[in-house]
Amino acid sequence: MNIDELRDHLCGQYPDLCPLFSIEFGDGTLQVECRGLYDAAADLKSLGFDMLGMVTAVDRGEHFEMVYRLTSREMSVGMFLKCLVPRDKPHTRSLYDLWPAALWQEREVYDLFGIEFDGHPDLRRIMLPEDWVGHPLRKDYQDERIIKRPDYI
Amino acid sequence: MSLQIEEQRQTEGPDGRPRQELVVNVGPSHPSTHGVGRVVVHLDGEVITKADMIIGYLHRGIEKMCENRTYLQVVPLTDRLDYVGSMYSNWAYCRAVERLAAIRVPERAEYIRVIVAEMQRIASHMMSIGSAAADTAAATLFIYSFDERERIIELFEELCGARLTYNYVRPGGVAFDLPEGWTDSVLEFTKAHRKALDLMDRMYFGNVIARGRLKGVAVLGRDDAVAWGASGPVARGSGVDWDLRKHDSYSVYPRFDFNVPIGENGDAYDRARTRLLECYESCSIIEQAIEQMPTGPHKVEGQPRLIMPRAGDAYDHIESARGSLGVYIVADGSPRPYRVKFRSPAFCNLALVPKLAVGHTLSDLVVVLGSLDPVFGEVDR
Amino acid sequence: MSGFVGGLVWGLAGGMLIALATVFGVWWERKVAGRIHMRIGPQTTGPAGLLQVPADTLKMILKEDITPAQVDVRVFRLAPHIVFVPVAMSLTVIPFASGFAPLNTSIGMLFFLAVPSLSVIGMLLAGWSSRNTYATIGGLRAAAQMISYELPRTLSVLSVVVLAGSMRPLEVMEAWRPWWILANAIGFLVYFISSIAEVNSIPFDLPQAESELVAGYFADYSGIRWGIFMMTEYGAVVAASLFGAAVFLGGWRWLPGAFGVVLFIALTLLLITAIIFVKWTFPRMRSDQLMTTAWKILTPMALVQLVIVGVIVPWM
Repeated sequence: MNIDELRDHLCGQYPDLCPLFSIEFGDGTLQVECRGLYDAAADLKSLGFDMLGMVTAVDRGEHFEMVYRLTSREMSVGMFLKCLVPRDKPHTRSLYDLWPAALWQEREVYDLFGIEFDGHPDLRRIMLPEDWVGHPLRKDYQDERIIKRPDYI
Repeated sequence: MSLQIEEQRQTEGPDGRPRQELVVNVGPSHPSTHGVGRVVVHLDGEVITKADMIIGYLHRGIEKMCENRTYLQVVPLTDRLDYVGSMYSNWAYCRAVERLAAIRVPERAEYIRVIVAEMQRIASHMMSIGSAAADTAAATLFIYSFDERERIIELFEELCGARLTYNYVRPGGVAFDLPEGWTDSVLEFTKAHRKALDLMDRMYFGNVIARGRLKGVAVLGRDDAVAWGASGPVARGSGVDWDLRKHDSYSVYPRFDFNVPIGENGDAYDRARTRLLECYESCSIIEQAIEQMPTGPHKVEGQPRLIMPRAGDAYDHIESARGSLGVYIVADGSPRPYRVKFRSPAFCNLALVPKLAVGHTLSDLVVVLGSLDPVFGEVDR
Repeated sequence: MSGFVGGLVWGLAGGMLIALATVFGVWWERKVAGRIHMRIGPQTTGPAGLLQVPADTLKMILKEDITPAQVDVRVFRLAPHIVFVPVAMSLTVIPFASGFAPLNTSIGMLFFLAVPSLSVIGMLLAGWSSRNTYATIGGLRAAAQMISYELPRTLSVLSVVVLAGSMRPLEVMEAWRPWWILANAIGFLVYFISSIAEVNSIPFDLPQAESELVAGYFADYSGIRWGIFMMTEYGAVVAASLFGAAVFLGGWRWLPGAFGVVLFIALTLLLITAIIFVKWTFPRMRSDQLMTTAWKILTPMALVQLVIVGVIVPWM
């Protein structure tokens, strides 16, 4: 299935999600409010997206952008699900109930970005020691051991 | 990563009486954790009642380091992710960059990429089968499979000078064209490799003790495999017919005729055997690719060293030896990526350890770990 | 007093024999394993690598003797000797040549089976005193395995005793007839398999299980104490092969005089090689499969063998 067929399929099944759908670099993206993230994900799961490939976040300054990559085996297509969480006390609902694959991936996002996942059964640091201070993948993370490369270009 | 460990734990048995469990700390330096993973297992007798997989001992912050380098400088870092399959990380990263910067790769480069990727798959599977066999004390198969891997590494050395971290696939093509007579050596290898695979199949997968050790251990159901995000031989061993080369075809893979081996029971035996059968298919893909290979440039002519894609984000994935390896790049229009995320298949597969190990004995824990084939460079990044 | 001196002499001779047998056995194993692996094995230390093991031993003696802080020191230091001495003792009853066994006792057959299994106490102590979870599990596994495989092993040797009508190894050898090989075929198989289990070799090396328990009950040992454990293992392989070659395969009975002794050594080497072949070919079993093999396969087989020699053979 190509990306236009996916859009038609999505719009046919869930008209309210249709205006949130956009295409960039050949990939479909569904940008939702974080409050509605879980419901949108549940809708997509019932649409046939049975695999949660990737959970990650991007530091966008004011906000963190949560990025979920969903894959459908039956339609042979993948798409993004994105939402913005505020930088102040970031938290969003865990997708562990829908896909257990989120168990470790959300732990990783929690560890490296400090975003909390409500309803996650085992929210601990995963990459870094438990006594680590800070969340390294945030853009404002400071550590004296980071060597700043000279800005040649 | 967690530092404290209890010596013993009081729990309640199925009959309601209190019992003491022995807590055994397997790793991070242990012969069978395939790197620096650590499993804290709670034992009742020899049976595992709880297993906690702890990772992060090899976390080097590669994703953070990528934010500080130009697009081309990131390629050597990707070598250090999956150090048993560097070509995959190179290729997945380059595909994402090419998608972002709209680079069209010459056809010859795509064929070379397919050939090296399939050889890498054989090398990686040989390592996986060999070390999984060594976990069950079959040292001879370990030596035999590493012998096969060594031949591929020698071919790679001839190709790009490196034995482990190749840095060969670059945005816009590959670093060097194939050396003179290299394809003939590869064809010789695939011919000999099929015989070696037959031997290994008889020697290990036909052995009654090996079957007893692997069959019925760490059974992963088909639905569970999908829901837990398993991919690669782990998912296919469970009967999930999902191979990106076939079902979300990329590069020139649609032009080749090959099968995707599928397991039935989803146990350690099926997973290991799926890897073995995939090696046959890889041999066939390599032969077809060498036959069809066109002449032409091996990289984009006039490609600038400094790649500056427009702002946006792109994701691309390939089927690595361990599963679907994805790379997600966010660009902000500067010469450096704003954020790079590697979706590592070994990480997702390894999340299954606590689920799969419970109910088996301590001896089976190493079989569980070996059947998931983790490479900790990729798990911890 | 002369008994004491004699015992001392024989004890020293047995120790030397084990040391020599270990030197040769390890070299032989490494060469055979090398051939199985399509490589050469030791070759630079001495002629054909023969001095590899003395060099390794020297290295082990010179290494620091580490006693970890958490161990029970006295038991920890005693345990290797408790493992070693019974195996060395068991060599004394082996009928090496016509009319020559160092200890010609009337319960020799029983002595050979019973005494080496005392070393399981040493393994348990080594595992327990190390206060290390791997070592503890290894020691417990060793105890369970040795006790389980003691039964089929003893039963299989019993069929030889039944045929010979004596428990004195020299008398068994005098009574030995070539047709016993056929009559005792099942018993020999049981003896061979359970001997592999008794000497903790793959596929029955669960107490050590390098890939699971690192080194099992001697995980915390280093230097020459570790070497004593390894030496014991090879000593046990040699002892089991000598005994099997003698009472099951006839040893020196086939040829007269010194030729017989040479043949006996050759047969022993054959059995050692067979154990090495099994070790480098098979994967390791799991503990439940190990127990199943002992109790559900080997013990009934040994009983069938006993019925054959006790009931069927006298009729023929």
